[in-house]
Amino acid sequence: MIGLSHYLIVSAILFSIGLMGVLRRRNLLMLFFATEVMLNAVNIAFAAISHFYHDLTGQMFAFFIIAIAASEVAVGLGILIVLFKKHGSLDLDDLASMRG
Amino acid sequence: MYEMIAFYLFSALTIVLFLITVMSKNVLYAMTSLASGMVLISGFFFILGADFLGVVQLIVYVGAVMALYSFAMMFFDATRDIKEKNTPASLIFLLGGLSALVLVLMFAAPIHSEAIQALYPIHDGAGNAQDVGIVLFTKYLVPFEVAAVMLLVAMIAGIILAGKKMDQSLTKDTSVDAEDEILIQKDAK
Repeated sequence: MIGLSHYLIVSAILFSIGLMGVLRRRNLLMLFFATEVMLNAVNIAFAAISHFYHDLTGQMFAFFIIAIAASEVAVGLGILIVLFKKHGSLDLDDLASMRG
Repeated sequence: MYEMIAFYLFSALTIVLFLITVMSKNVLYAMTSLASGMVLISGFFFILGADFLGVVQLIVYVGAVMALYSFAMMFFDATRDIKEKNTPASLIFLLGGLSALVLVLMFAAPIHSEAIQALYPIHDGAGNAQDVGIVLFTKYLVPFEVAAVMLLVAMIAGIILAGKKMDQSLTKDTSVDAEDEILIQKDAK
């Protein structure tokens, strides 16, 4: 039978995949994708805890996380477009202009 | 039984798809696998009885966020493979694996679960949407309104950031044209 731990372990694995992406990628768009993976992993954990403890609070937090993720993407993509117009690339190594 | 099959199927597929998202060199592959992974995550929500959350996940993530990404893709050169100087893979896998281990240990640790009481319990008779609606519009009304204002601010920010100088081409190299224009202006003088 599938218990709470199963869902939490899947959520932890997905979160670590997202963390690995954040650490590994140098392209800003790919960093955004990795962030989405992490947010989704946390949402699974919230929904699972909400289900197994018969409490709606977890689902409420998941809703607000989805709202925050949506606004993050809207602002972030605007910034990415401005950056791409300015530098012609989204690579973090090209964008590092404050090297001493 | 069916729950078990669905759980293992969804979890295996999501892990594989998100690994493709994180590892792929091609933006289009990464985006497609991210979108399908999000559809499968809404499947998790449906298994867990959070129907409304699953529908919101489908509409907001798969509908809105991925559409936004694909529109933004038109500004970037999406067909070209991304060349990036990655940090050494062994270090990253070590760090990722370690954090996975720590998280699993934390989540799998035994807790004194009798002490946990449901603050807003799920009612058996009512559907999930009714339950969520009642709690969202009574206990979480202020955060809900703040989230609405935040979305409005994000929309204005997105319009201003992306909409400025929309008439200029992104793919054409405008720096050469600008220099030419300066020369032309000098010649005219």
